[in-house]
Amino acid sequence: MNEILWYASRATGVASITLLTAVVVLGMLTASRRPPRGVRSAVVIGLHRSLALGASLFLLVHIATAIAETYVNIDLVSALVPFTSGYETAWVGLGTLAFDIVLALVATSLLRHRLPERAWRTVHWAAYAFWPMALIHGLALGTSSEPLLRGTTIACAVVGAAALVWRVGATDPDRERRSAVLAQEWS
Amino acid sequence: MSPRPAAPAVVVDRVACTGHGVCAGILEGAVTLDEWGYPIVHAGVEPDPSHVATAVTLCPARALLARRSS
Ligand code: SF4
Repeated sequence: MNEILWYASRATGVASITLLTAVVVLGMLTASRRPPRGVRSAVVIGLHRSLALGASLFLLVHIATAIAETYVNIDLVSALVPFTSGYETAWVGLGTLAFDIVLALVATSLLRHRLPERAWRTVHWAAYAFWPMALIHGLALGTSSEPLLRGTTIACAVVGAAALVWRVGATDPDRERRSAVLAQEWS
Repeated sequence: MSPRPAAPAVVVDRVACTGHGVCAGILEGAVTLDEWGYPIVHAGVEPDPSHVATAVTLCPARALLARRSS
């Protein structure tokens, strides 16, 4: 039983990071200066939302199984309060911190219609902090002996980083046109 | 007097709208996009109320508002 829980925890951990990376990438696409438009944008944003909720479920299973299995000592408190676990305090704590941020992201997004836009936006920026934390947590723990699991995490990092570069670097075609017009010689 | 035209099902906050076009993707027919990608709401087309709710939640700029059904 314990063994099943241990494997379930690792598997859902890798599934979570994969889904969360997809969520982050879809979010960055929407927030970029060259967002998908029209019907495609509806698909992207719809996926962003539903995958985020789905990933949270995987994350819950990942955490619940990590608490339940008894190979390593992780309890309910250290699943919520960062850096209190006796096992790999730093790396488990980083995962806990990431989970707390995910909780805040989900809560503010579900309550978005009742929050000032500023508050929601400020919290949503924290996504850029939680995602690398989750990645490091995944790379530092558990997956070290499994090339497939570790490879998946690394692939997530590569894909996410590429999307981040694009998010920062993509330019608005309208703005390009405006600066081109500005640079013209006036006759 | 001619009857008043039906009020549109959704209103767009023109200042907040960033032209993502999510509304047009979900409320096909009731909302179309102009040549710049900004929404045109067609009064008289009644979209599915559940679609209206989805579109309002998914609008990234929070610029889409559902008309209160009286
Ligand atoms: S979904 Fe929102 S931001 Fe996008 S075009 Fe419609 S109203 Fe504007």
